[in-house]
Amino acid sequence: MNTKQNWIDQRFPLTKTWNEHLAKYYAPRNFNFWYFFGSLAILVLVLQLVTGIFLTMHFKPDTANAFASVEYIMRDVEWGWLMRYLHSTGASAFFVIIYFHMYRGLLYGSYKAPRELIWILGMVLYIALMAEAFMGYVLPWGQMSFWGAQVIISLFGSVPIIGPDLLVWILGDYAVGDPALNRFFSLHVVALPLILVVLVFLHIVALHAVGSNNPDGVEIKKTKDKDGIPKDGIPFHPYYTVKDIMGVFVFLIIFCSVVFYAPALNGYFLEHANFVEANPLKTPDHIAPLWYLTPFYSVLRAIPPMFGSQFPGVLGMFAALLILAALPWLDRSPVKSIRYRSPPFKWALGIFVISFVILGWLGMEPVTPLYVLLARICTFLYFAFFILMPWYTSIGKTKEVPERVTE
Amino acid sequence: MSEQTIDLKKRRFLTQATSVVGAVGVGFVAWPFLSTWKPSARAKAAGAPVDVDISKLETGQLVRVLWRKKPVWIFKRDAEVLKNLESESLLGALADPEGSGNSKNQQPKYVTSNYRSIEGKEGLAVIVGVCTHLGCSPTYRPEPGAADLGGDSWKGGFYCPCHGSKFDLAGRVYAGVPAPTNLVIPPYSFVSETLVRIGVDPVTS
Repeated sequence: MNTKQNWIDQRFPLTKTWNEHLAKYYAPRNFNFWYFFGSLAILVLVLQLVTGIFLTMHFKPDTANAFASVEYIMRDVEWGWLMRYLHSTGASAFFVIIYFHMYRGLLYGSYKAPRELIWILGMVLYIALMAEAFMGYVLPWGQMSFWGAQVIISLFGSVPIIGPDLLVWILGDYAVGDPALNRFFSLHVVALPLILVVLVFLHIVALHAVGSNNPDGVEIKKTKDKDGIPKDGIPFHPYYTVKDIMGVFVFLIIFCSVVFYAPALNGYFLEHANFVEANPLKTPDHIAPLWYLTPFYSVLRAIPPMFGSQFPGVLGMFAALLILAALPWLDRSPVKSIRYRSPPFKWALGIFVISFVILGWLGMEPVTPLYVLLARICTFLYFAFFILMPWYTSIGKTKEVPERVTE
Repeated sequence: MSEQTIDLKKRRFLTQATSVVGAVGVGFVAWPFLSTWKPSARAKAAGAPVDVDISKLETGQLVRVLWRKKPVWIFKRDAEVLKNLESESLLGALADPEGSGNSKNQQPKYVTSNYRSIEGKEGLAVIVGVCTHLGCSPTYRPEPGAADLGGDSWKGGFYCPCHGSKFDLAGRVYAGVPAPTNLVIPPYSFVSETLVRIGVDPVTS
């Protein structure tokens, strides 16, 4: 055993890598429920890659055949339905996990120095994941695929001056059609998965260089024993690998319940209108993006056209997304964790979460004057959370942060 | 060799020169890759005009045809609808009824201002059925006074289910909705009394 290990170690840093990232990676001993979601995200990424490879073997990226080939996977390919439902449920599960994962960052100030780059890499991952999910949703070429693509790509057409040409360039045609489907397929199965895997790798490298934050927001590297090991740290393997496997079991019970008993989840994971083939002559009576994009979609709808252009709304939508990346520099609080934050921050976070959820719900509803007003209020509150952050994080009394973790 | 000193100036010049040439090279290499996304020769060739037989079209009836892969509506309007299109209460609710502001490039020059159709053939409307907001195809709601669209203030028209934009029966946008401009009127002409050609301007005498 040892001679084999030595033989490899002289040629590849196997033991070194194992130790650095698992056996001798010291993570704070007080991780709670919120710390399951990082490893779960990796699990779902692998699930999506594997099911995606097998779906690609049967799918045809051609407007004449795409819809039928998905039905073929569902009915004629052995276990094809399972591959597809794992993949479609996996997409929504990915976003559930990512939203919990990001909320954990907000709760415990995980984006604050020295972890700004981890946060930024995470934000790039989040945006790449949205692009990946959007393009994947276009592939089955149902009514929602087609009209969703139409609306989202039209956003680029509203860019002043270059918009119309940009639109034609993205579509490779003068309307959404075969060239668009074909290139989205290529991006969905090759380009974006590669980018996602590389970004996940960088995200983890940056995390393991700085070290994990924890629910107390205490830097465990400040207090080390005589061997240079953080006193509040425990080796990731076996302690957290075992704990994470427990999380995987719980996750899979919930995940499989959806896959086997409610794969469409009443239109939230697979929209009803997408069971009808794309028809460029008829928009469905009610269209909405999938739930994980709706908060930003609501921001888009809330901002009225200005100067004869819908571009301000498009700008607002992308601003709502990009402003998250500025969080490390907007937050002036001396403490990281919600446990020691001042009351104004707790209020602001609560209002932010409520307005984000309401925006998400509104994005699935039709437009009425009352809902537009509500969307405008929530959009205002959403941006206020960020723009006022330098102010409300510097007022109010924070609690004293302990030297060591508390649990 | 050890006698020589390193000429840093020369090294910096060479680094910069190499970087510039490299950047130009990257630009040249990127061009063909980016160009593959432009409409192919086949896509460009697929924009032929479309002929529509309207002999069986009833008043109030709307047919949809694909022209350049976009839905085009063709529908017949009666005298009452045309009268409504000129009513003060409607014109006051529209963003740009004359088509002279933001919507000035949304129709060919030869269409009349209030009906947005060819003179002498005002009864027939030909409109590209693509919402100018984000590209959905609005639904045909010709019935005046529809309760879900504002009751008495609704004179009949088109309602976009995606983001709630409203247009009248000449494709003119209402004020205060997400769509910034009127719907597009395509170039069209009459080959005969019952045959409309979409995509070709009328021959001017």
